[in-house]
Amino acid sequence: MIKNYLKNTWEGLYTVFVGMKITWKHLFVPSVTLQYPEERAKLPERARNRLFLNYNDCIGCMQCATACPVNCIEIETVKGIPTDMPDPTSKGQKKALWVTKFDIDTGKCCFCQLCVFPCPTEAIYMTDIYEYSEFDRDNLVYNFASLTQAEVKEKQDNFDKFQAEKEAQKVAAAKAKAEADAKKAAEDKAKSEIKPSDDEIKE
Amino acid sequence: MQNYLIEIFGSEIVAYILATVPVLAFIVVFVLFAVWLERKVSAHMQDRLGPMRVGWHGVLQTLADFLKLLQKEDIVASANDKALFNIAPYVVFVTTLITYTMLPFTSIFIGSNADVGIYFVLAFSGAVVAGILMAGWASNNKYSLYGSLRSAAQIVSYEIPTALVVLTMIMLYGTLSLGDITTAQTSQFWNWGIFGGPVLGIGKILLVPFMFVAFIILFISTLAESNRTPFDLPESESELVAGFNTEYSGIKFSMFFLSEFANMFLIGAILVIFFFGGYNSPFGYLGNLLGIEWLIPIEQLFWFLGKGMFFVFVDMWLRWTLPRVRVDQLMTICWKYLIPYAFFNLLIVGLILLI
Repeated sequence: MIKNYLKNTWEGLYTVFVGMKITWKHLFVPSVTLQYPEERAKLPERARNRLFLNYNDCIGCMQCATACPVNCIEIETVKGIPTDMPDPTSKGQKKALWVTKFDIDTGKCCFCQLCVFPCPTEAIYMTDIYEYSEFDRDNLVYNFASLTQAEVKEKQDNFDKFQAEKEAQKVAAAKAKAEADAKKAAEDKAKSEIKPSDDEIKE
Repeated sequence: MQNYLIEIFGSEIVAYILATVPVLAFIVVFVLFAVWLERKVSAHMQDRLGPMRVGWHGVLQTLADFLKLLQKEDIVASANDKALFNIAPYVVFVTTLITYTMLPFTSIFIGSNADVGIYFVLAFSGAVVAGILMAGWASNNKYSLYGSLRSAAQIVSYEIPTALVVLTMIMLYGTLSLGDITTAQTSQFWNWGIFGGPVLGIGKILLVPFMFVAFIILFISTLAESNRTPFDLPESESELVAGFNTEYSGIKFSMFFLSEFANMFLIGAILVIFFFGGYNSPFGYLGNLLGIEWLIPIEQLFWFLGKGMFFVFVDMWLRWTLPRVRVDQLMTICWKYLIPYAFFNLLIVGLILLI
């Protein structure tokens, strides 16, 4: 019994010293924490953060907006006219559409990255920016389209005018065709009327 | 010190009030430093960094926290016993502060080199229980009451091994006065209590292991009396919100906080005075070597605070090493282990001293 008692005492003290040895060692282990705003952990290669659109490369194909499961991408486009076509992308793909609106609502975005894969020109991609909290929810909507309101109107008017001209041309062409057809018919008719006379003459 | 002040101001009351100023200032500065140190020590022991923003490595963090604490609303719940609730933090703080009068900081700065010395210190560190019970009861909150009852049980139990070891040391030095105990350990470090004190010859060698046992018992029991981990049952955060100071806020809470840390230094100082030569330098003084007399008290202050701070550090070290003991374990440690060992120690040291 007395032996057990002494053993308990010794173990009580000894284990305390073992514990103290461990904490003493840890006192000199470099800390594993980072001083956050100054030091940052390195992001993994494929980390998914805020979306970014390289506007100059966007051809307005709407594939990203279609792929988005939460509909956070809003795109509006206007067709370019032959005299006022958008510049081709950095990789030389031709653009047929003016992208007049390209809004990403990052408040809605679920970072699934599904919009990135379908993009044919690799214009939309994930950046490594993850601190973009805002006081106003509306500030979370990022507008990537760089056309001004006036430019958008101009493009729209241009297209409408072009369309109207085209329409007019079409109408005119149709008219001309109709006229030509009528003329031809008339001529044919006249010919057919004349023909028998010729036959008569022959006879 | 007091006599000097009395000469300057010609009034005992002014002199005595002024003599408390350095002690109070020391406590406040020490607490600011100790809280920072505690946070740093705990952080580095857990491989963290701790406060890093306010000042160099966060040294001014506690000052900022303290300023915040002072601006806080002083909440007194309607069901509290107003009078007791308001007086309790001051009782706790004042009883802790009073014990500082007995501490010999240097050979010239002792609040009072009274002959009752250590007896006075023990009495007043026991009187803290009254304040803690007041706080717990007046809060009218079951957690506070639990905390204060545990605190009372703990402090009263651990007074016994403390008193027994103190008795052993008093036998060794033959005096109760802390100033005289310190002067008994002057000159070289082998005169320190842990190495058998001022006893000479064969007795000294025989005494060393028993002094070591006495030191460990006194360390554990005073640690328990200061209500710190592993004996922090009165304010065990995981069980009792914050123990007896749950209902307190603002300046009253900071009073409890101040007294807790002041108590930490006090137990360090008691250990230093009994076992490690108080303000005595282990190597002799630079002031003696250079012949500058005013340097000696400064060196003594340095040694006293340095040794005291070392034990404060050990307290913190233990706090971040050991988990909290259970109530039954707490009582087992005290009644089944510390008290028998202290008794045997007392007996054997007495026998050695007789021889």
